[in-house]
Amino acid sequence: MTAERSSSSPPQPVVRCAGLEKSYGRRPAIRNLNLTIDVGERIALFGENGAGKSTLLQLISGLLRPSGGGIRVFGGQPWGGEGARARAQIGALSHQSHLYEELSARENLALYGKLYGVADPHARADALISEFGLAGRRVDPVRTLSRGMTQRVSLMRALIHQPALLLLDEPETGLDATSRERLAQHITEEEAGVTVILATHNIEMGVSLTTRDIVLRNGEIAYDSASLGEQAADADRRRDEVTRRLASQAR
Amino acid sequence: MRRPQHASPPGYFGQIRILLAKEITVEFRSRETAIPMAVFAAAALIAFQFSFDLRGGTLNLVAPGVLWVAIIFASLLALGRSFARESERGSLDGLLASPIDPGALYLAKAAANVILLVALEAVIIPLAAILFNLQLFQPALLLALLLGNIGIASVGTILAAISARARAREALLPIMLLPLLVPVIIGAVRATALAIDGGPWDDIQPWLAILAAYDLVFLTVSSLLFYVTVEK
Repeated sequence: MTAERSSSSPPQPVVRCAGLEKSYGRRPAIRNLNLTIDVGERIALFGENGAGKSTLLQLISGLLRPSGGGIRVFGGQPWGGEGARARAQIGALSHQSHLYEELSARENLALYGKLYGVADPHARADALISEFGLAGRRVDPVRTLSRGMTQRVSLMRALIHQPALLLLDEPETGLDATSRERLAQHITEEEAGVTVILATHNIEMGVSLTTRDIVLRNGEIAYDSASLGEQAADADRRRDEVTRRLASQAR
Repeated sequence: MRRPQHASPPGYFGQIRILLAKEITVEFRSRETAIPMAVFAAAALIAFQFSFDLRGGTLNLVAPGVLWVAIIFASLLALGRSFARESERGSLDGLLASPIDPGALYLAKAAANVILLVALEAVIIPLAAILFNLQLFQPALLLALLLGNIGIASVGTILAAISARARAREALLPIMLLPLLVPVIIGAVRATALAIDGGPWDDIQPWLAILAAYDLVFLTVSSLLFYVTVEK
């Protein structure tokens, strides 16, 4: 299904998928997906379990190589050695923490800060740790942190290099109310130019933090609010529409 | 959040240095690999000492093989853990999603495995010298050990990456690795035997050259092909 955005897009979109396909063995996870995401868009990605949300985020982050079609992120392929330039601008939070349990939160963040070329990785790590309320545990090994604290460190890891594209896969998992609030601030109060793709089952949260809704079904785009010209629709309408689309899938 | 400062990520060797430092820190904190390796190799040497009648002329014939069998089997513990640990915790995906060159990740892992093997040998070479009453601290032998370590790590690291996502990885790694290590075993054992016997450098050198060529080929090919082994 096609969900190409028309009109006055900037010359180079952040993400462009054309006929994108990904299969695991014989099982297709993403099917003929066409999608263009422009600079500064904030997108909520909805869908039932197995709809292809995580797979799409992993394809964009360069963790997966497409089985067919094409994907360009910041104008280049995101995977392999050639994808380093694109990946340098992506911050991704997935279901796994991507952290080293033997290292402290500060050491984990500094490690990734160095790999992303952050100018002063320790100072940046300290600033994030304070912001997310973990200053008291910053030197404790990650294995001693609670689930929610680990999720906070994972989120900081995704933010360490102030990415231009933020991929968040169910970021609310395990977060307390305060941390969810901080996450919301990060998503909504970004300066212009930061693009966010948020995969979630929480329709309320997804709609409140983003400006465009995409519903995936069996690896295809079943609904894209942008293609229907509803980008500016109010939150209640968006929520109702997403709920309706998801409910029609369940039937 | 403030808009970045998109600083450029470190270069290839900078990436290797950062990743190697991480490998050493994680291993130092967990001691998950070094201690089991050393205990296993020491136990193997002691078992061989009591299993064979290593006296007189047979000693110099058997000791090099015994030493390298202990090193290679102990190395399986390190190699098996090097990517399995990353895979289990998802940290490998974190690294692959960062702007590093996959080849740099391979070389950092291989270097970490070489360091683990050197640390292992710092324990078991003195033990072997005592058990077998051999003069093992010779430059040619130390060079053979280093080249053998690099050979084991170069091929073992990429095979560990391949097997890390397999269900039967504990069995898969030795099945794939040991046949490919035959040239290393032959070269290292012959060079070690000649060094122990006090053989001339001209006799030892060809075996060291075989080891060096093997190392160079596998390090180069593996670093170039590494991404193929970890891509999904």
